[in-house]
Amino acid sequence: MSLTNEHIKARLTEKFPEQVTGFEEPYGLLTFEAPKELNLKVLNFLYDDEELKFRFMTDLCGVHYPDKKGQELAVVYHLHNMIDNVRLRFKVYTDINQPDIYTATGLFSAANWMERETFDFYGVNFVGHPKLKRILNVDEMDYFPMRKEFPLEDQTRIDKDDEMFGRG
Amino acid sequence: MSEQHIKLPEGSIEKTTTTLNLGPTHPATHGVMQNILELDGERIVSTEQTIGYIHRAFEKIAERRPLYQITTLTDRLNYCSSPINNMGWHLTCEKLLGVKTPKRVDYLRVIIMELSRISDHLICNSIVGVDAGAYTGFLYVMQYRELIYEIYEEVCGARLTTNMGRIGGFERNFNNIAFEKIEKFLREYPKVLKEFENLFQRNRIFMDRTKGTGAISADRALNYGFTGPNLRAAGVDYDVRVHSPYSSYEDFQFNIPVGTTGDNYDRWLVREQEMWQSLSIIEQAYQKVQEFKGTDADVYHADVPEYYLPEKADVYTKMEALIYHFKIVMGETEIPKGEVYHSVEGGNGELGFYLISDGGRTPYRLHFRRPCFIYYQAYEELTKGAMLSDAIMTMSSLNLIAGELDA
Amino acid sequence: MARPVSYNFIKKPLEADISIADMPEGHQGEGFFATSLNSVIGLARKNSIWPLPFATSCCGIEFMATMGSHYDLARFGSERVGFSPRQCDLLMVMGTIAKKMGPVVKQVYLQMAEPRWVIAVGACASSGGIFDTYSVLQGIDQVVPVDVYVPGCPPRPEAIIDGVMRIQDLVGKESLRRRNGEQYKALLESYGIQ
Repeated sequence: MSLTNEHIKARLTEKFPEQVTGFEEPYGLLTFEAPKELNLKVLNFLYDDEELKFRFMTDLCGVHYPDKKGQELAVVYHLHNMIDNVRLRFKVYTDINQPDIYTATGLFSAANWMERETFDFYGVNFVGHPKLKRILNVDEMDYFPMRKEFPLEDQTRIDKDDEMFGRG
Repeated sequence: MSEQHIKLPEGSIEKTTTTLNLGPTHPATHGVMQNILELDGERIVSTEQTIGYIHRAFEKIAERRPLYQITTLTDRLNYCSSPINNMGWHLTCEKLLGVKTPKRVDYLRVIIMELSRISDHLICNSIVGVDAGAYTGFLYVMQYRELIYEIYEEVCGARLTTNMGRIGGFERNFNNIAFEKIEKFLREYPKVLKEFENLFQRNRIFMDRTKGTGAISADRALNYGFTGPNLRAAGVDYDVRVHSPYSSYEDFQFNIPVGTTGDNYDRWLVREQEMWQSLSIIEQAYQKVQEFKGTDADVYHADVPEYYLPEKADVYTKMEALIYHFKIVMGETEIPKGEVYHSVEGGNGELGFYLISDGGRTPYRLHFRRPCFIYYQAYEELTKGAMLSDAIMTMSSLNLIAGELDA
Repeated sequence: MARPVSYNFIKKPLEADISIADMPEGHQGEGFFATSLNSVIGLARKNSIWPLPFATSCCGIEFMATMGSHYDLARFGSERVGFSPRQCDLLMVMGTIAKKMGPVVKQVYLQMAEPRWVIAVGACASSGGIFDTYSVLQGIDQVVPVDVYVPGCPPRPEAIIDGVMRIQDLVGKESLRRRNGEQYKALLESYGIQ
């Protein structure tokens, strides 16, 4: 049986009934979400299962939704089954006051720096990560810049006139 | 000497390894990244990487720019092959907006993308030579990179950070001089590449420096998220152009070179062979473009007036063109809501764009899946137990471009 | 293996292409030539500048093209590019400097010996360029004093060579006492450099 999106959806709902939700297919890519406590279980299931074989992590990033109270920070995993050429998108949501998510570095070594980058930009705390510290910004930075409430420009600069740039 | 007069740092007498800082200012212009090595004599015990010395916050800037202005940001990701990044971004936008490009545009895009792939691999291979001590190969091939830059100039006006193309095609048709220069490139370049190969490929010293160093197995490479020539050197034939073809790559006939051990020599050979394959793709694409005659030969963009700026002469004379121009520039065109992930085969691997749009003029979230960032994590494993000079060769043969590491 | 230049069809004799440095003003007679020490040292220094390419991003690739044989920078005397600040005269900062990198630029500048010059190549090094963000230093003149700015994104190799020629003008005309004078000391004080 070929690995179609319906088949993957059926296998997932059979293994995790009621817990994987939000099945969509934007532009042909199966997308679903799960509660954050189950993220490792779902990733392990997708990795180990002999039919699903999602053994390549393409991407891991974070998104900030300030309007969804209780679920402001999302972590999005993009997985790829290279043998059957099928891609998958998997999202977990977490609260901004307690952003703890289990780390995927045990399963995919590629997730190491990607999780550090998500921590650096959004403040998501990955539980069990070998070395969770800032990777792209200066170590002394005390805020998480990609969150929507922070501005892009450095507010202490004196040589650029915000009025002229339409940002005054 | 008693230790009351000398203040030594904690644990420095018991420490048996030397700490060496391969700091952000390297010779050989690799870009800014820092490696702190722990050495036991000449052998490396462990490394620690620090990046972010050129973090320019692309993802935050992209939340402020309309879709057609983000092309200038994508130029500066992998700046050795900027047209591939530009085309990748335009393909992502076209996927979001549902725009289908005509065949001639696809073939012209293929020519430009393969030229930039050759340009990127030339830099990487010649810098591997420079790091091994051989400066001459670099000087020979830089002349042909100048010819590639001249072709870019004829198409878009810029040499390096090209900002080439629009959503739906190109900004102007390729003129005769561009086609003459492409023909000249196809005529003269094979001899140069052969001479460059002869300098390095069976050279005793080069082979001794690169064979057996920095090797990685296919499973570890896949676990680390490698893509591109580094993964193909380890033995896995994954190429985005073949697995999920975009821009009519399925119409072309080419091979994917694959290595066996994944060491520095295999990576050099894979890039060299990919340049030959790219040359053959450019020849095929050039033949196919020449087959379009008459009015078909004037097609250089898709017919999507809502996203492609109309000709300036029409804007001043026709009403619809004026209205579309106004709507596009003021940001009142319909951008669908949704999220899309599209990837292209960049010079270093799978360059992916994850775009979440909320219907507004600017993206809600744009994330770049940068291949260099992902495979640089494996550097510690690649250099464990190696000698210091092998560590330098590994770093340059991985083709680390700082713009793509930090974004 | 030279690539024939395609559009250069005006044939000139080779002698017309070689330029020789101008002789400084002075008084000459049978077997001697008297001029000021300033001009002789300026002439020697300006035609043998050793640059330190501090290449961070895209402008670094244009620098590699400038050092290549098409737009040769070596014919201006900069044949030996060094990477050690102790041995170089000209710090060429090419590319974006992030706030994380600022202290490194300052450290490299401090390690250079007088007389030293700084050229900021590209829009990012001059003023932050297109990256008006929280993590990019808005021009290296926030941390080191700069002599010549070369705008462009990236500047063409001809523009980089023009910048180096302006530095040569500055080097040729500089007074030998400048580095010990009050104005220069005040300039360094304003950057926090002793």
